[in-house]
Amino acid sequence: MNSIKDRAALIAEAAKQMNKAVYNDAHMKKNITPRHELQRTNGKLVTLEEAIKKSGLKDGMTISFHHHFRSGDKVINMVVAKLAEMGFKNLTLASSSLIDVHEPLIEHIKNGVITQLHTSGLRGALATEVSHGLMEKPVIFRSHGSRGYAIMSGELHIDVAFLGASSSDSLGNAAGYSTSPNAKSICGSLGYALPDAKYADKTIILTDDLVDYPNQHSAISEADVDYVVVVDSVGDSSKISSGAIRDTKNPRDILLAKQAAKVVMNSGYFEDGFSMQTGSGGAALAVTKYLRQGMIDKGIKASYALGGITSHMVKLHQEGLIDRIIDVQSFDKVAAESLMNDPKHKSVSANEYAALMEPGAATHFLDVVILSALEVDVNFNVNVLVGSDGIIRGAIGGHPDTAMDSALSVIVCPLLRGRIPCVVDEVTTLITPGSNVDVVVTEYGIAVNPNRPEVKERLEAAGLKIVDIHDLAAKARKIIGDPAPLPFGDKVVGVVLNRDGSVQDVIKNIVG
Amino acid sequence: MQRLRRTMMFVPGNNPGMMADAHIYGPDSIMLDLEDSVSMAEKDAARLLVHNALKTIDYGNTEMVVRINPLNTPYGKKDVEAVVKAGVHVIRMPKTETAEEVKELEEEIVKVETELGCVGRTQIMAAIESTLGALNAYAIATASKRMMGIALGAEDYCANLKAQRTSGDSPYFGMELQMARQCIVTAARAAGIDALDTVFSNLNDMDTFRREVEMIKAMGFDGKSIINPRQIEVVNEIFAPKEKEIEKAKTIIAAIKEAEKRGSGVIAVNGKMVDRPVVIRAQRTIDLAIASGILTKEDLA
Repeated sequence: MNSIKDRAALIAEAAKQMNKAVYNDAHMKKNITPRHELQRTNGKLVTLEEAIKKSGLKDGMTISFHHHFRSGDKVINMVVAKLAEMGFKNLTLASSSLIDVHEPLIEHIKNGVITQLHTSGLRGALATEVSHGLMEKPVIFRSHGSRGYAIMSGELHIDVAFLGASSSDSLGNAAGYSTSPNAKSICGSLGYALPDAKYADKTIILTDDLVDYPNQHSAISEADVDYVVVVDSVGDSSKISSGAIRDTKNPRDILLAKQAAKVVMNSGYFEDGFSMQTGSGGAALAVTKYLRQGMIDKGIKASYALGGITSHMVKLHQEGLIDRIIDVQSFDKVAAESLMNDPKHKSVSANEYAALMEPGAATHFLDVVILSALEVDVNFNVNVLVGSDGIIRGAIGGHPDTAMDSALSVIVCPLLRGRIPCVVDEVTTLITPGSNVDVVVTEYGIAVNPNRPEVKERLEAAGLKIVDIHDLAAKARKIIGDPAPLPFGDKVVGVVLNRDGSVQDVIKNIVG
Repeated sequence: MQRLRRTMMFVPGNNPGMMADAHIYGPDSIMLDLEDSVSMAEKDAARLLVHNALKTIDYGNTEMVVRINPLNTPYGKKDVEAVVKAGVHVIRMPKTETAEEVKELEEEIVKVETELGCVGRTQIMAAIESTLGALNAYAIATASKRMMGIALGAEDYCANLKAQRTSGDSPYFGMELQMARQCIVTAARAAGIDALDTVFSNLNDMDTFRREVEMIKAMGFDGKSIINPRQIEVVNEIFAPKEKEIEKAKTIIAAIKEAEKRGSGVIAVNGKMVDRPVVIRAQRTIDLAIASGILTKEDLA
């Protein structure tokens, strides 16, 4: 005599003690819809307008985006146009970066739809307008590592994230590429979008290729996604290698790249198993090509390449010169396809890439980073954000993160760009503090930070021409003369945050 | 060490950006151009720019050459005055056909140098760009003690010859310039000055460029006129002496030192007498090896 009926009293007693209900089979109704159909009819799959309504977005909240499609991005303009149409006002827009293609935001700012920006960079007409005082509130600039951490820690709270993906299933397993025959776009890594997906109150995936469940190898998990919206196009993949990413034929860039490669090869860090990263900008990217020959000549291999990944890096990996690739952002289509196909080419989130407080961040294990600069000053401080004309025209990117964390940071920067001196007495805006900058390579010689006498010694021993950075600045001044002071106004249009969250510099408006 | 002229890089005289840093790529000579790359409307501005560039920019050890407009144009004499005053090393005369033209240029230079009190400072090179010029090459090369070299200008020469430029894939590649090149290099050698080949303007065809440089080196030219820094590396690589040549040259130079020590005029290597031309060639090989970074001066000590 021990049927479930006989145990009913005991079950009720256990439920009472555990403060739970007693199971009632009558409430259970099995869903017998064919699963393929179920995928398409689940509640997450909605239109953009429905997703916005359901997300609970209200005036004054913060929305976020990623910029993995770079100049080909269609998501930001599409979503903000819809928000404007729906009458939203006073929103804060936090994108991992903003570029020339985001020019339509100017109108939305003027109309009060967007009232503050958080970003890593600003380019094009939007940047120019902001520099002239378009916005009441200053733009908050963070590095990629810093943004990821700010989102994780809650310092930058995101109410609704709108994240473009090249594939997603109806539950929100999403990736920056698609293995389906209907693939329309590819951007590769979704590294900068991962903190948003994880920590935003609501996450909306926009995709131009809704694939069957489960979307394998997805970067974003359905657990972090609230709504999935199918759109015609999330981005033009042919434009992910535009903007700051170009393959150079410029003889000066080539000269700088060759010199920078020689610096790396003689720095003491060019040993079997070293790790490396190159930033955006023609010369920095071209260094890879010359390091390749150096690695072959010396018979060494790199353990991993990090960062924005280019086809050059992929080539070295495929040749066996770089063992693994860690990809927070794919800088061209070849890199994006490699991420899709190659198990040793992995994507990481912005935090795993470069957050200061993340002990496992890949930047902490970086031997050498090669970076560009708009300006370097005599104290080795670097500016990559604001042009010498006072107009915002760049992006912080991972510059301060990688410069600080790497064992050796090498900046490639021409002494002159046309009539603009790039080695100056004081940078227009402080982005990467000089204490984290080790070597500056110009076409007129190489300057080594006095903090690194051992590096200077090694480079001199290799026959490289080492010059005092003050002499470089003097040389630029001699050729070009003293530029007239910039006509800055009194309004703060931008605030630059350090990796640790402290306020490092402000950008004032430019007049006229 | 004799000045090497493996590469003479053309830089338009109306482009301040390119003029400001042309030397960073390490050409042996830079030729700032006031002639064909500058339009009529910009002649005066370019002259002023080139004058100031020569005076203010530190070009280091690079040899500075200016191509002036022909003296029979309204600009030629003004060009001479402006660049001599700025301390140019060499004036390149375009479209030279006779020794008299060189002498006429020399007179103009002397006028300015006399005013400055520096007679003899400025050298001359002549570009030979016509059949008459090619046939007069030796007379031109010896027209003045200031002559440091003669160079071929292929486009005008071919037009004058009524021949087409051949391309790299033609079986007759370079044939149309064969005679002019040989006239120039022979005349230059006979006069004891340098011979420079014409430009190669298709920057996307580095393979044919390389073939042409190999050919003109084999013909005896000292170097090549170039239009882009990317061409420098190729020329230098081809002109860099091979290891065997360097070893041989080092042996000869050592023998010279040995002979000097003994106070003997006779130089012998492995029991064989070494002729004067061999000594000169050995010295040039060493100079090239040093310029190419293969040897250092310490290696010879």
